[in-house]
Amino acid sequence: MSASLEIQLIAVVVAVTCALPGVFLVLQRMSMMSDAISHAILPGIVIAFFITGNLSSPWIILGAAAGGLLTVALVEVLRKTGLLKEDAAIGIVFPALFSVGVILIAQYAGDVHLDIDAVLLGELAFAPFDRITMGGMDLGPRALLVMGVILVVNVVFISVFFKELKLISFDRALAGALGFAPALLHYVLMGLVSVTAVGAFDAVGSILVVALMVAPPASAYLLTDGLKPMIVVSVVIGAVSAVAGYWVAHWLDASIAGAMASMSGVLFLSILILAPHRGLWSVQKRRSNQALLFGRKMLVIHLYNHEGLPEAQHECRMDHLEDHLRWDHAFASRAIRSSLQNDYILQQGPHLSLTETGRKYARSSLVEL
Amino acid sequence: MDYAIDIRDLTVAYREKPVLWDVDLQVPPGVLIAIVGPNGAGKTSLIKSSLGLIKPAAGSVLIHGRPYSEQRSTVAYVPQRGSVDWDFPTNVLDVVTMGLYGRLGWFKRPGKSERIEALKSLAQVGMEEYATRQISQLSGGQQQRVFLARALVQDANVYFMDEPFQGVDATTERAIVELLQNLRKQGKTVAVVHHDLQTVPEYFDHVMLLNVRRIASGPVEEVFTEDNLRTTYGGRVAFVSALSAARKQ
Amino acid sequence: MIDLLTNLFSDYTLRTVALGSALLGITAGSLGGFALLRRQSLLGDAISHAALPGIAIAFLLTGSKAPLVLILGAGIAGWIGAALISVVTTQTRIKYDSALGIMLSVFFGFGLVLLTYIQRQPDANQAGLNSFLFGQAAALIEQDVFLIFVIGSVVILLIALFWKEFKLLSFDSDFLGTLGYPIRTLDYLLTTLFVVAIVIGLQTVGVVLMSAMIIAPAAAARQWTDRLGLMIFLAGIFGAFSGVGGALTSSLIPALPTGPTIVLIVSAIVLISLLFAPNRGLVFRRVRDWQAGKRLRVDAVLVDLYTLASQHSSAEYPHSERVLDVMSSISGPAHQTLKVLKDLDLAIPIDSTHWSLTPEGVLRAERVIERQFGGDS
Repeated sequence: MSASLEIQLIAVVVAVTCALPGVFLVLQRMSMMSDAISHAILPGIVIAFFITGNLSSPWIILGAAAGGLLTVALVEVLRKTGLLKEDAAIGIVFPALFSVGVILIAQYAGDVHLDIDAVLLGELAFAPFDRITMGGMDLGPRALLVMGVILVVNVVFISVFFKELKLISFDRALAGALGFAPALLHYVLMGLVSVTAVGAFDAVGSILVVALMVAPPASAYLLTDGLKPMIVVSVVIGAVSAVAGYWVAHWLDASIAGAMASMSGVLFLSILILAPHRGLWSVQKRRSNQALLFGRKMLVIHLYNHEGLPEAQHECRMDHLEDHLRWDHAFASRAIRSSLQNDYILQQGPHLSLTETGRKYARSSLVEL
Repeated sequence: MDYAIDIRDLTVAYREKPVLWDVDLQVPPGVLIAIVGPNGAGKTSLIKSSLGLIKPAAGSVLIHGRPYSEQRSTVAYVPQRGSVDWDFPTNVLDVVTMGLYGRLGWFKRPGKSERIEALKSLAQVGMEEYATRQISQLSGGQQQRVFLARALVQDANVYFMDEPFQGVDATTERAIVELLQNLRKQGKTVAVVHHDLQTVPEYFDHVMLLNVRRIASGPVEEVFTEDNLRTTYGGRVAFVSALSAARKQ
Repeated sequence: MIDLLTNLFSDYTLRTVALGSALLGITAGSLGGFALLRRQSLLGDAISHAALPGIAIAFLLTGSKAPLVLILGAGIAGWIGAALISVVTTQTRIKYDSALGIMLSVFFGFGLVLLTYIQRQPDANQAGLNSFLFGQAAALIEQDVFLIFVIGSVVILLIALFWKEFKLLSFDSDFLGTLGYPIRTLDYLLTTLFVVAIVIGLQTVGVVLMSAMIIAPAAAARQWTDRLGLMIFLAGIFGAFSGVGGALTSSLIPALPTGPTIVLIVSAIVLISLLFAPNRGLVFRRVRDWQAGKRLRVDAVLVDLYTLASQHSSAEYPHSERVLDVMSSISGPAHQTLKVLKDLDLAIPIDSTHWSLTPEGVLRAERVIERQFGGDS
């Protein structure tokens, strides 16, 4: 396999692996935990490295997971004191842990082949050169194998606990009442986020892990309603960002990880604007159409409310509408014209009255309310 | 007739869903009016759009015959107690003084005379001993009294209050009722979002029944009928047929 | 220590660095107070990361590395990030946390693409741009400090000018709106000041850790006082102290990066504040609970003695410790509490195991009983 293809494959696997736990972070309004965890795993990695002296040891992943869980636990402890709100607790805990990691690396820079820039930014371009061989046989790039294993763990966890995860994402209190131990599941999920972050961080660096964990699920959230479709769409968007990012980086000769994050942002922005129903454009268009629909409905209901009452003579005049509904002349004429066309109202000089169709429409609109 | 609060054809939409639809309300001056209706009926939206905090899709609100923007100094507002963070680093007197920020205008800081005014209105709600107390140390009832004192210091003609009885003790509830009745005696108009249907006839002169649309409004004895209540709180289909039936009579 | 102080006054570079870090700490700390109270603790993190592409674009467009140019670029990018977060959360179903996460990482990723692109241009002299990641206080020169001073002063001045408006905006923005103040405009103004405070710190503390510089001093200050003015002032002091402390420490110890050192110092201040601040601090709270517990215990044993004695002719009739152990409504042996009673002259030992109330003890017991049951009778 060519290096270019291998890099793209690694990028896709990383993106997909990140998107899976990301869906639950986004749904549980904990997206910023990915930022906190991806930074706070650093001291765990450094300390595990000091103990084992080996950067490719599985202990590194355990050390990282411990760092991630420590963050979650510390945030929880601080929040429970009642002295800090949760966001402040997050904002204080992870920079402190990250600083410890940076200082440890800086102090022992001579002995550690851990480059702080690489930790933060990752460098995918070199991934194909770090390979795992067994008995002289090339098994493939280390990043691909490690990430592949983490991907399988994520998939298995989410499939096995799908029902429970769905429940804690949508109704935490109910999950607790049904005896699903939401706290335990929460910690397991955070553990997975940590493991995913450490696996991905070699390739894309700690900050860009956040982009891959949050942007694709948030984009999918604008496109889908169910949990399963949201997972599938997130995975696809993640994979597309990865491949597109690779080629953009190739073209500009720039950071692949940065380009992947940028592409996930471009996809998010496009979906944000163009998504059917929930996109900004669609909402805007519907609003302006709806202004007319709204106006028509209001006109009909207004006439209905005052129909047959003594004030009708006054309330049901064209000029009154402009006055009291605060409509400008042009909009009032549009609403009246549209209602006339739809056969909802009749016009006699300045007076407006409802047709039978209009009365029905008014009644059905009221039921909707 | 000069109405203290004159709402005409008010429609308010949140995103694309109407929360108030073509609502009318006329409140004569010197009246205590309760605004009641089920959750999501648009009670808070009615108050907020009257105060210019929400832009209505259509309709108008006049306070003593003029738009709110020209009448600010004669209107006071008591928001829901739960809408602020009571752990905010400030004390009771300071919160009450905030009622005078409108009169002070840009950049001017409250001084001694403002603090004296604030103390006076704290005394009106029986909280003067708590002036220097940090607000996080107050009970629910005391928090509510502080908010009332902040509205009193605004020295307004028209008061809008959002659930002032929510979660307060019996003593505070009695004190608030007394306060509201005093305001009415001084000829002020008070509109109160209220939850407890049972106390409506006892506490208020007028009532508005609201459920997205205005069901009825007027003097309690005329409007607070079982029929109207059923329409307000009952099923929506039932409500339309009841309305048409009433109309065809 | 003496060395450090003499160095501070004689060494020009050190003095510049310390002064710059102090000014920065004051500005960031005081704005952080408002961010903390408005529940925008993580917004600073998003803004500081979002500033990165602005720095790169400013450099690409002008070819200049003048601090003012880069800060301007950073400010514009950070502000766009903040504005996008507000648009996305108000116009769509995307929640605040996701909006923060996306802006933070995507802007940063884009900045990284630009930085690596600049690096690989043949003749570009990009040195210095990288320092924005972790900050380099040691590289501060007099002009930088002057710039920080001017911008910081304007920010502080504006906070002082709009004090009452910002305070009510943070506490109850709707109410401020009913008074006729333009809350949207004030919100934008405060956010803009926030962005400014962040971007002037990037050079010193760096993108990654700037958010701690904003939020941690405020979180620490909140524990010491219940007054907004004092809190903001203390936050500024804590910010300045950790800024100077971090800059000096890292100048003394080789290979100690400035940004992380500042963050660790300010985190230590937070920890101390959470534990030891009077009133709110955890230790204080624990002591208060313990004292309340002790008082309850004293009262309980006192009442027990009184109740036992009241079955006899005299209220001072002695009783054995064993009976009190069994009787006491507070768990545990009564011996310790009896000793406290003795110290207070409320009870006296008759022999090694028997105790009786003193006249004062009787009075106090009666008062306690009255307080406990008075409400009912």
